[in-house]
Amino acid sequence: MSRLTAIASLGRRALPNHWDLVALAAILAALVAIVQVFHGVATPLPGAHVAAISLKYKMLPLYALRTTLRMFAALAASLIFTFTYATLAAKSRRFAMVLIPILDVLQSVPILGFLSFTVTFFLGLFPGSVLGAECAAIFVIFTSQAWNMAFSFYQSLRSVPRDLDEVSRGLRLTGWQKFWQLEAPFAVPGLIWNTMMSMSGGWFFIVASEAITVGDTTVALPGVGSYIAEANAQGRWDAIGAAVLAMGLVILAYDQLLFRPIIAWAGKFRVELSASETVEQSWVLNILTRTYWIRMGFRPVFAGLRSIGLWRVALPALPRMNAPSASSSRALDGLWFLVVGLCAAWATWMVVAYIGAELGWGDVGEVLKLTIFTLLRVIILMALASLVWVPVSVWIGLRPRVAQAVQPLAQFLAAFPVNLLFGAAVSLVLAFDLNPDIWLSLLIVFGTQWYIVFNVIAGASAFPNDLREVVANFRIGGWNWWRRVALPGVMPYYFTGAITATGGSWNASIVAEYVKWKDQTVAAHGVGAYIAEATAKGDFPRIVLGVAVMSIVVTIFNRLFWRKLYAYAERRLRL
Amino acid sequence: MFGPVAAPLLEVAHVSQSYPKSSGEAGPPVLEDVSMNLREGEIVALLGRSGCGKSTLLRLIAGLALPKQGLVTFAGKPVIGPSEGVAMVFQSFALFPWLSVLDNVEIGLRAQGTPVDETRTRALKAIDVIGLDGFESAYPKELSGGMRQRVGFARALVVQPKILLMDEPFSALDVLTAETLRTDLLDLWAEGRMPIKAILMVTHNIEEAVLMCDRVIVLASNPGRIAAEIQIPLAHPRNRLDADFRLLVDRIYALMTQRPEPKPIGPAPASSLGMALPRVSTNSLAGMLEEIAAPPYNGRADLPHLADSLQLEIDDLFPVGETLQLLRFAEFEDADIKLTPTGRRFVDMDVDQRKKMFGDQVMAFVPLASHIKRVLDERPSHRAPAIRFREELEDYMSEDYAERTLRAIINLGRYGELFAYDENAQAFSYENPE
Repeated sequence: MSRLTAIASLGRRALPNHWDLVALAAILAALVAIVQVFHGVATPLPGAHVAAISLKYKMLPLYALRTTLRMFAALAASLIFTFTYATLAAKSRRFAMVLIPILDVLQSVPILGFLSFTVTFFLGLFPGSVLGAECAAIFVIFTSQAWNMAFSFYQSLRSVPRDLDEVSRGLRLTGWQKFWQLEAPFAVPGLIWNTMMSMSGGWFFIVASEAITVGDTTVALPGVGSYIAEANAQGRWDAIGAAVLAMGLVILAYDQLLFRPIIAWAGKFRVELSASETVEQSWVLNILTRTYWIRMGFRPVFAGLRSIGLWRVALPALPRMNAPSASSSRALDGLWFLVVGLCAAWATWMVVAYIGAELGWGDVGEVLKLTIFTLLRVIILMALASLVWVPVSVWIGLRPRVAQAVQPLAQFLAAFPVNLLFGAAVSLVLAFDLNPDIWLSLLIVFGTQWYIVFNVIAGASAFPNDLREVVANFRIGGWNWWRRVALPGVMPYYFTGAITATGGSWNASIVAEYVKWKDQTVAAHGVGAYIAEATAKGDFPRIVLGVAVMSIVVTIFNRLFWRKLYAYAERRLRL
Repeated sequence: MFGPVAAPLLEVAHVSQSYPKSSGEAGPPVLEDVSMNLREGEIVALLGRSGCGKSTLLRLIAGLALPKQGLVTFAGKPVIGPSEGVAMVFQSFALFPWLSVLDNVEIGLRAQGTPVDETRTRALKAIDVIGLDGFESAYPKELSGGMRQRVGFARALVVQPKILLMDEPFSALDVLTAETLRTDLLDLWAEGRMPIKAILMVTHNIEEAVLMCDRVIVLASNPGRIAAEIQIPLAHPRNRLDADFRLLVDRIYALMTQRPEPKPIGPAPASSLGMALPRVSTNSLAGMLEEIAAPPYNGRADLPHLADSLQLEIDDLFPVGETLQLLRFAEFEDADIKLTPTGRRFVDMDVDQRKKMFGDQVMAFVPLASHIKRVLDERPSHRAPAIRFREELEDYMSEDYAERTLRAIINLGRYGELFAYDENAQAFSYENPE
């Protein structure tokens, strides 16, 4: 299944190109614009009047429900975004030139760095109302989900099987009909899988975004994230335990009641010639489909949806047939490049002017140095986590019984928002007077290492049986076995997991390098702490600078390192 | 039985088409000046090897693509997009996996806004005619290949087309299933139980064409053009063992293995580098030589017979035969293939001698091989990236063909030990791995 994970535009050349610069400039300029429009002068935005968070246990179910509802609101927004943005990019070559690099950069940008902007924006949009804070929290989750969902959808739209495309055109389906009869169903399996992965990541962000302080504005929405923030502030271990338990139950319920049934149902949208050997099962779906009354009740609903999908509405189809004459197309292209280029230049100038008004080259150097600290931290910890978990996961994956038991646990741990535990972990750092630069680093891979675990387990489980027999037959063992058999065998899976884990670690660094416990704050040296501190102070030029430098470094790191390795593994080692 | 023959139902006039390059420019031609027609009451086959443009021609007729030059006319109107009255059946069946059999059949009518009740009646009738009763609620994944293709037929018939287009409809099926489906289709056609007026099918199976069609249009490759048109005057049902049947099959084999007279087309040195090579295993080459050398053939084999006994489709048989002919190991003569003296000597050699001889023949008769070798000799590093040759090839052929030709030359060169190829670096060299 991990193959369905959309890794941003692997087909494109690995080196950052001019389109990436355009994309980055556009994103940063949008942030600056938000701050300038809504933050204006130094007036603190009126915080919303929300009831104080209570640490009573009986409030937890309600808080958990509120948190879950926010997740679903974000999911709905992500789906709407996916259907419009990805469709637009897939159907227009010119839009694709700009939209896809933007997605690509957004995917590798640390979302938590945006938190201050989104809070500013939405509080400014709905001054004094809870709605603004709610929107801000939902938007953060949205930004953690939407990009790879959109990417998956875009890639599916661009890879619709040719024969099915020809059938649809031969039957003279309109654009609208073709979208609902062919393109959307074809994209379902990939989209569902990416949605599930996004939702897993989303829990982390919801916890981080419910309770946030930007300068003088403090927002604490009722939810598990705020509950944990309050527990951290008061140093209540029992409340932390209760919140962890509640969160675990919520994730379990969401997995069993929502995603397992949907994945099992989505199996029928897979385009393959033979029935697949492994059919996903879900007890909930079985109950639903075997219950006569429920099926009868839903029948008119499905029939209605089907009719809507068959409305004869013309939508622009993929431009594949005769392209317009080359010369006029080239002239339009030129114009388009010019417009995009001018916009990008203006955006860059705006960002530079904004940062330059208060900060100088010294600050840039400082941020660069801090980013390199964080980069080192991420690299070293990913290496350590790999060293520990790859052998363990291979061992587990080769034993189907153990793998069956461990795999769901690993997926659960990957979804679990470990930032619930950061406060508690920091209390230990304080209690034993440990060096935060070293011990806070551990938190960075706390939650993300599980992506490596479950991907490598999947890889080892998929290792072909005949190759295993060859290994036994030729008595290949020891280091030779690791070097020539096991590691190459799981490599593509490992890279998939490691790319996801690294992305998550960058985000985690913003939360993990700067942690509060009771009235104390522990910070490490790193760009994550820099951004978090600037956010707490409401120092926007510093946030823009921090996010910009971090984004650039992450993008370059991804392009030059991960993507090349991943492409290599796909080409040479995919079994 | 269809009354006086009026103007043809479908007319293709001087149609040319090129491969699009990924840059958007027009690439080398795939079809060149093709003219043909289809009249009421006939079944016509477009017969040719893979890559001769027969599927492209079918898509132009279906309105799924527009020709670069020339005109396709259906029922007196130029074809500028998928037209009502034309339905297509696909090699891969092309069923929507998320729709049941009934929904798959209905979708064409529903899409045109036909009322739900009428759609249902017509779909059930088509399902009945095609022999799918009882499978209405099944999903394509649950069906065998033969049943899937029946769904494909039902989906095409339900829109009551005038022309049925079939793109190698039986080639993804096993021999027995394919034969059943062919017979069923011919029966329906003879009994007039289908609304169709004419059938145009693409195939690479010579016997299938002779078995089913009234007329066979043979296409030649690179660029695709009409090589011959053969009437099949035999009465239905036809018998494959009939002397007349065999004669026609032999004639078409002979036509398709004829060496094309060197025509001065395209860029000047088309004879040298512009030769597309098929991807053929060197084991099949040696195996084929041994097969022809051994009894009962003793150095000369009848192609239909050879294809039959080896269970090879012409798309497998011809590339092997042509590569052997190119390397002067064997040559075609009418519908036969016979060994040359070189070929006979090759059969008697041991492995090392064979590789040596093979390498010599490749160097002598494949211009691309000698070209690569020359480039490697000229460069001080004795290394050359594959992209260099790929781009040269793309001047003469489509990107797919260039890729395939490159793969083929790597294979031939490796076997003949002419040069090495490093897949990681994508480069040719003389070194072998340490």
